[in-house]
Amino acid sequence: MKKTVSILVLLFSVFVLAQNQENDSLKIKELKEVILIGKKANLYEKQSKSLGSIDEFLQQSLKVDMIKRGAYAWEPIINNMPSERTLVTIDGMRIFGACTDKMDPITSYVEVSNLEEATIVSGQEGGCFGNTIGGSIDLKRNKNTFGEKKWEFHLNSGFETNNKQKILGASVNYRDSLFYVDSDVMLRNAENYKAGNGNEVLFSQFSKANFSSTFGFRFSNNKSIETAIIYDKATNVGYPALPMDVSLAEAAIASIKYEYVPLNSKVKNWETKLYFNTIKHKMDDTTRPNVPIHMDMPGWSETFGYYSKVNFSKAKHHFLINLNSFYNKSIAEMTMYPSDPNENLMFMYTWPDVRTLYNGVFLEDEFVFNCHSSLKILTSFGSHINHVASQFGLESIQIFYPELKAEKSRILKSVASRYNHVKLGFEYGFGLAYGERAPSVSEGYGFYLFNSFDGYDNIGNPNLKNEKALEGSLSIGFKNDKFKINASASYFKIYDYIIAKTDVSLVPMTIGANGVRIYTALDYATLFNTDISAEIYLSNSFKWFSQATFAKGKDSENKNLPFISPLSYMSSLRFIKNQFNAEISVSGNASQINYNSEFGEDKTPSYAILNVSSGYKFKLGTNNFTTRIGGENLLDTYYSTYADWNNIPRVGRNIFINLNYSL
Amino acid sequence: MKFQLKNIVAILFMALTLISCSDNDDSTTINELDGLTKFQEMTNTTHTIELYSHIGALVQGYNEVKLRIKDNVTNQYIKNATVSWMPVMHMAMMNHSCPNSEVEKITSEGTLYEGYIMFQMAQNDTEYWDLKIDYSIDGIDYTTTSVIDVPASAKRTVNTFMGTDGVKYLVAYAEPHHPSVALNDMVVGVWKMQDMMTFPVVDGYTLKIDPRMPSMGNHSSPNNVHATQTTAGELYNGKLSLTMTGYWKINLQLAKPDGTIVKGEEITDTVTSSSIFFEIEF
Repeated sequence: MKKTVSILVLLFSVFVLAQNQENDSLKIKELKEVILIGKKANLYEKQSKSLGSIDEFLQQSLKVDMIKRGAYAWEPIINNMPSERTLVTIDGMRIFGACTDKMDPITSYVEVSNLEEATIVSGQEGGCFGNTIGGSIDLKRNKNTFGEKKWEFHLNSGFETNNKQKILGASVNYRDSLFYVDSDVMLRNAENYKAGNGNEVLFSQFSKANFSSTFGFRFSNNKSIETAIIYDKATNVGYPALPMDVSLAEAAIASIKYEYVPLNSKVKNWETKLYFNTIKHKMDDTTRPNVPIHMDMPGWSETFGYYSKVNFSKAKHHFLINLNSFYNKSIAEMTMYPSDPNENLMFMYTWPDVRTLYNGVFLEDEFVFNCHSSLKILTSFGSHINHVASQFGLESIQIFYPELKAEKSRILKSVASRYNHVKLGFEYGFGLAYGERAPSVSEGYGFYLFNSFDGYDNIGNPNLKNEKALEGSLSIGFKNDKFKINASASYFKIYDYIIAKTDVSLVPMTIGANGVRIYTALDYATLFNTDISAEIYLSNSFKWFSQATFAKGKDSENKNLPFISPLSYMSSLRFIKNQFNAEISVSGNASQINYNSEFGEDKTPSYAILNVSSGYKFKLGTNNFTTRIGGENLLDTYYSTYADWNNIPRVGRNIFINLNYSL
Repeated sequence: MKFQLKNIVAILFMALTLISCSDNDDSTTINELDGLTKFQEMTNTTHTIELYSHIGALVQGYNEVKLRIKDNVTNQYIKNATVSWMPVMHMAMMNHSCPNSEVEKITSEGTLYEGYIMFQMAQNDTEYWDLKIDYSIDGIDYTTTSVIDVPASAKRTVNTFMGTDGVKYLVAYAEPHHPSVALNDMVVGVWKMQDMMTFPVVDGYTLKIDPRMPSMGNHSSPNNVHATQTTAGELYNGKLSLTMTGYWKINLQLAKPDGTIVKGEEITDTVTSSSIFFEIEF
């Protein structure tokens, strides 16, 4: 019955609604969104808050939402699936957070000043750089070009009243016909924020420094090499929704890329990149009062990898081949300090030095039938090997799995297809896909990882099968000079769905925990996502934009899956005239009634908040200034969303000011 | 032809290596003592008995003891002796012994003899243990007795108690020597006091274990296996799961073959410790 309803809703959306598209070239359409960040976003009319966090930028996407554990380092979820089921890369580089509690998603190690845009792809079509179920986000770094000799300087500064956040950034760019160098630095410092009722949310402070530099050199017209580094360091980061904070989260991300763009060839572009990144994450509860036992939980993650990606065309076929590999090393420890100082420290590996080696190939073929229709087929094949390198760690996990071997290998496959048709402003598309993923380090090898939301200690299960997803998607859209409407829907049936289930025979380790859960697989789970967006140009100066999303997730026992968005909406009216622009917007969620109390969720009431902002761009001689001033949650509403960990309240009224200067 | 020659050379070379290996045969006598440290010598007019253990000492609780007998004249180690021992505690009002095993030769070629002694109490200022070793070589009996040093153990490894059935029992922790964060193979001993000098192994019981960390909410660990006996007269084997380093209290219950608990309490929210337990810290 429920399924029938879903299908009806799906069909309804096909007939009435339409799909999101940015441009209208003849090239194939993808279920893809591009969120402009950083430099591009300096086009001041594009973004309401140019110095917002990456998280705030990503949250604008129809496909992306954020699980929030505080004011910092939100965890992106794509199509209502959390990080295990998604793929987040930085310019194609695989990076893995070092925190067992997901307090450091990859997005937390970069800054808006490093990035140009984020490409969000739904489902299997996002599998270019690795395996995914829900989709992918590729954060694209600022793209530099060789050209006429030119220097550029930018200064960015911002202030937000609610948490006294101070933002200061600077960048220098130089280019000529042979070289380019880009360097930027950005600092943020914030105190505790206040929720809607004016109550201070303790332990929500953070401090972050980010530095990045890119250097490009061109051997000839079509061969170039680029090295890039990002160094990011966050200190004193509070996580009010969790029992622990982070004293240090530090990342160094380095890469070297060789690019070859043949002229007059079927090969359009060939790009090869070698990369390395290292992350250190120190979680502790030193600053928390009244902890039952003091503990430190540091984690380390190191990844080496490469990819080599080539685009070429033959007749009506456009091919993409990407060979890629990575080797990751994840270690996390827990040390507890007994109240009796003479007693030995209590120590365990929560991630037992798990090494993951992945080697894969991704192939894509876009077949353009004619100027209206095209078919895209993609497939990937990879080998995924986990190896527990620490004997101590292996013996620990063997407490639960006495027969466990140090090494476990898997084969991961995926295949997807999408048909698209465009005619007279009207377009539609549909896709079918199948994909697999391996369990994450926590799901496979986690040892007594406490989840403060449901209150259970979680134990990994190395014997889990690959999770497999069947996916169907539809999109439809219409567009003319005054009007644009898009809608899309996707349905995932995920087999061997990995989730932690309570084992009543086990006694929790964490003081006050409700019990122990072991990662296991449900026969299947289903997820339905749909969204609609519309843009209407009311006049040359006024544009009205609205979007809404809805999702439903059920497991094989027809219970709700956790962290599934209720109806959520946003509507904005934007005014642009010459150098001035202004925007007023309302966003909100309906009440979350499809929750799962087993995972700590409860009914989250509906909410709506009001935001305004305005910007002005002016010149003084050769100096360009852009200012933005705005108010978020103007009515100071006290609210929390379905994705707020432990119902932590969101930020109350906040006035921000951004001032950008460039020369 | 050349190829064959090469093979022959290779075979010859291998043979030489084998021969040179066998030259080291004498070293087995040295290898015997790997991981062992001598802690005492007992001397009489004819022989010197060297006592060894892993930690190079005796301690209250279960001790694996190895010994060898040296002829004072020839300085050769005796390989064909029959050995027995009797540890005795000298108290103010009485003497008593403790659980101990037969003494057996480890290998026929080697020089070491081994057994265990479980000292249920430590020495103190006025009370002491001595060890009497009787041995016979080629039909001739010899004996020697020395005072031995048995200090108190830092952690509780022995429980001596009167069971509900009126029998006096002794349980002791033997292994693992070096516990690790793992599912450890556990060895314990269960004896009863028949009289002051006789402490036979109790057969067919179960020593139930429940390891807990009192410093951390008294949490337990999964997949422990209670200690049971595979062969009558032997020590008991179980599995001890330790999920982290630190101080563990292994709460015990001693059950008869019919399941009756003769001593020890089950751990619940209100009962946080059994009256019999072992302690380990690593």
